[in-house]
Amino acid sequence: MDAILDNLDAYRQGFVTTLALTVVSSVLALALGTLLAAMRVSPVPTLRAAGAAYVEVVRNTPLTVVFFFAVFVLPQLDIRMAFLQFAVIAVTVYHAAFFCEAVRSGVNAVGAGQAEAARSIGLTFTQSLRLVILPQAFRTVVPPLINVVIALTKNTSIAAAFGVVELTAVGTRLANANGDAVIAIFAGIAVCYLVLTLPSGWLAGQLERRVAVAR
Amino acid sequence: MSEAVLYDAVGPRGRRRILVGSVAGLLLLAVVIGAAVARLAAKGGFEADLWRVLTRGDVQRLLARGLVATMRAALFAMVLSIAVGGVLAVGRLSRRRWLARPVGAWVELFRGLPLLLLILFLFLGLPAVGVTISTFWALVAGLTLYNSAVIGEIFRAGILSLPRGQTEAAYAIGLRRGQTLRIILLPQAVRLMLPALISQLVTLLKDTSLGFVISYAELLRNGRTAVEFLGGKYSIPIYTAIAVVYIAVNGSLSLVARWLDHRTRQQYGRTVQPSVADEAA
Repeated sequence: MDAILDNLDAYRQGFVTTLALTVVSSVLALALGTLLAAMRVSPVPTLRAAGAAYVEVVRNTPLTVVFFFAVFVLPQLDIRMAFLQFAVIAVTVYHAAFFCEAVRSGVNAVGAGQAEAARSIGLTFTQSLRLVILPQAFRTVVPPLINVVIALTKNTSIAAAFGVVELTAVGTRLANANGDAVIAIFAGIAVCYLVLTLPSGWLAGQLERRVAVAR
Repeated sequence: MSEAVLYDAVGPRGRRRILVGSVAGLLLLAVVIGAAVARLAAKGGFEADLWRVLTRGDVQRLLARGLVATMRAALFAMVLSIAVGGVLAVGRLSRRRWLARPVGAWVELFRGLPLLLLILFLFLGLPAVGVTISTFWALVAGLTLYNSAVIGEIFRAGILSLPRGQTEAAYAIGLRRGQTLRIILLPQAVRLMLPALISQLVTLLKDTSLGFVISYAELLRNGRTAVEFLGGKYSIPIYTAIAVVYIAVNGSLSLVARWLDHRTRQQYGRTVQPSVADEAA
């Protein structure tokens, strides 16, 4: 217990870094993922193929390999940044594919009659997507999106192996420094993650139930 | 909803615009890639020996050994996760609250934690209490702790998705609860959840790459070893080769899952859908 109390500052810093990495990457990945989803349902075959290819490649590649490309290959192209920025790139690129799939499944969940009605009153593709489909898709899609954010939160831990001092890295450092209190230290780190993931998971479950009743 | 409902078939002018746009887009992409290539070429990134490194026998052997180690860890973790996942699902479905509640809490706890944290906890925490653990078993045990919780939930979703009539009919002909589960529910549930199960196994296979962090000599670690030995400029060919191997292996497994999903849906009209979030984690 003392090992935790003595290092509260390190915990706080790790927590803030994890949170920052999560928030920034989530926003960027959601934007990129929504764009990819729009590409995948668009009338333009080139865009559909490009979106599908992105998703297929990324979802079959481990996040660790994506990190390798960001951290070790980008510097070979003379792109130099702080570790945290590389981590944001890797986490964003990886999770955009999953945000895309979540949004797309939401679009597909909207009844076909909605799209037919939108088109029959003369709305264009963009208009029917923006005014009719997406507002409805968004409702069903919020719980899965929250779940992807939870997965993203957990996956930020991989940044620990690539120079970012977030929660998991703090845990490893403290564990190496306090060999007698390893379990307490990791339990403290676990609690920090659960503080982020469990309430979000509960919220997603509640929303899921409400949307299910509404349909 | 099929996506084709969203727009009309594109007319001649639209097709022309799409063609122009696609060509412009591809040109833009070519410019970006060209810039990257030029930058690399200026640094000698396309000297023939750079990519020829992949034909070197020792590099190939190192990567092949890594792939075998990856597969070994994945297979052990898959078998263990399915076995433990089955136990967790049955426990959480139990009518005995003193059993169902703690099992539910266990599942939620381990699903809510980062896998890497579990692996590090086992690898650094167990030696602290006097248990020595190899990198292999720390990786396999971590993967099992996490994936058994997720797979247990897939099993549970599969069983819960069956019509109540199945259970009631089984009780009516005098089967006990355990028998009902074993003889009636599981065989049907397995079919419905097989696609979701396979896609979770793909996730597990991807996650073996976390063995890199605790220096388990799997595919990625061996690739890193090769690059550290040969020099940073070889990172592009070697990491690209590793990515291609992962995409080939996982992509074919995903194809099997999709084919099974399609077939099962034609026969039974539904399947247990894998959650996008579980695939990400």
